[in-house]
Amino acid sequence: MLELRAITAGYDRRTPVVRDVSLTVEPGEAVGLLGPSGCGKSTLARVAALLHRPDSGTLLLDGAPVRHWRHRAPREVRTAFGVVFQQPRLSADPRLRLDDLIAEPLRATGRREEAPDRVAELAATVGLTPDLLGRRPHEVSDGQLQRACLARALVLRPRLLVCDEMTSMLDASTAAALVAVVEDYRRSTGAGLLAVGHDRTLLRRWCDRTVHWDDIARAGGPNPRV
Amino acid sequence: MTQRPVVLSVRGLSVRFRMPGGRVVAAVTDAHFDVAAGECLALIGESGCGKSVLASALLGLLPANAQTAGEARLGDLDLLTADERTLARTVRGRRIGLVPQSPAAHLTPVRTVRAQLAETVAALTGVRGRDALDTATRAAAARAAFPEDHLDRHPHELSGGLAQRAATALALVGDASLLVADEPTTGLDRDLVDRTVEELRRHVDAPDGTGAPGRALLMITHDLEAAERIADRIAVMYAGRIVELTDADTFFGSPGPRHPYSRGLLQALPDRAFTPIPGMPPELGALPDGCAFAARCAWATDACGAVPELTAAAACATAPVTTGGGLPTAAEALRTGAAPPPAAAVACHHPHMPEDIRA
Repeated sequence: MLELRAITAGYDRRTPVVRDVSLTVEPGEAVGLLGPSGCGKSTLARVAALLHRPDSGTLLLDGAPVRHWRHRAPREVRTAFGVVFQQPRLSADPRLRLDDLIAEPLRATGRREEAPDRVAELAATVGLTPDLLGRRPHEVSDGQLQRACLARALVLRPRLLVCDEMTSMLDASTAAALVAVVEDYRRSTGAGLLAVGHDRTLLRRWCDRTVHWDDIARAGGPNPRV
Repeated sequence: MTQRPVVLSVRGLSVRFRMPGGRVVAAVTDAHFDVAAGECLALIGESGCGKSVLASALLGLLPANAQTAGEARLGDLDLLTADERTLARTVRGRRIGLVPQSPAAHLTPVRTVRAQLAETVAALTGVRGRDALDTATRAAAARAAFPEDHLDRHPHELSGGLAQRAATALALVGDASLLVADEPTTGLDRDLVDRTVEELRRHVDAPDGTGAPGRALLMITHDLEAAERIADRIAVMYAGRIVELTDADTFFGSPGPRHPYSRGLLQALPDRAFTPIPGMPPELGALPDGCAFAARCAWATDACGAVPELTAAAACATAPVTTGGGLPTAAEALRTGAAPPPAAAVACHHPHMPEDIRA
């Protein structure tokens, strides 16, 4: 269970992007967060995934407050989260072959010996062929690379998945395929999900509960946008 | 539609990339289509199916290892054989306007929108003099609904929607008769997508004061909702080939598309079945013999071992039935005369039949 209480965060202390936002993801629940571009929803997703330290507010993971973010967070807290970003090109190391990309979290946590089995299993789950696993990111399409990024997010069997606009660069069929992979994983492990996006139809279809940014952010929070 | 003058006419366009080690990547194979003035043709398909290569071929922006075949006529000019000098001086910006995929990356980061727009206006329209140029620049911004008080901003100070309008303003300056929009809505939120496509539609419809029936727009996208809002006709591309060409109303409404791939794409939408097409598209460098979709198709038969030709969809109410005999293929029609490609066509051995005509 993930609780965000009165989170204020941003990149400049004088003008925080996220002001006083609270959001809860119950165990096994799928929460969709809807909002327009530039409203701060991705920043909130980064805070929830421990990737951005908030200026103030509390984050509780299974009831225990989290005090450290990014590399300072203890490993068992950090590895509770799996994250998939919007742009696979920007979130994949261009030098790594796809099988190394997927195995990277295992290597980083000293579980290198599990890699061959786990990578093969996940590649089948997300629909990557052995031929594709030997390639580097510039040799595959956006859809194929996002499949690898999803496999990387699942490799440590996280209790919570954070998907920030996971499908907005993808065609309809690949989007539906990746959502199906996430849902299969959640059904078998009971993991929670925070899905951030701007596609109302998609999030309503995907998630148990959809909240709109305007309803959880204090008035005046979002950036003015033309 | 038939009265409207055809602006772009593509016949048998193919693009091959020669790769190291003698490999050949078949990015586009035998594409046939027309785009008329005042019409929007949306070219849809998965990423990596060859859509953007097709756009680059029209603009003469292919890398050096590309080989093209066929022709793409813009008026009396064949874009595929035109030399770089002709393309640079008379085509890009003047006869074809490009609305880029990522406007923020397309604009020069260190110059203001006003400076870039003024430079384009001066280069393309021959307006001279500081005051005249300033007026023309503001008029150019207004055409794309770019707010005047944002003209002195740099690209990084603009939201995605405004950067899109700035890029559109640049594409419109030369009054090109053909606009090519390459994934103009990728990464934008739904409201911005709607606004962007509405604005593009307005530029397609707007008579340019001379009584001409507006511009032609070729929009390349994987966003089916955006295509539904803007397009008059839909071309579906799969593994480098156009597999279906049909009216947008037929495609999104009833009886729906006829190619199994098009039907699968529509069924993957979250407001429909939300089920993916099984498998992944083949590599353009290692296409199977025969129909490239057969491996993912539930209806595949032995006949799919041969490449299906793009056949006029005579069974479809919107398609004109030209001959009394068998269905003419697009390629045959082209060999026998200068007939345009059929308004509705499908490349499949077993296309979906609407219930009422199957009997």
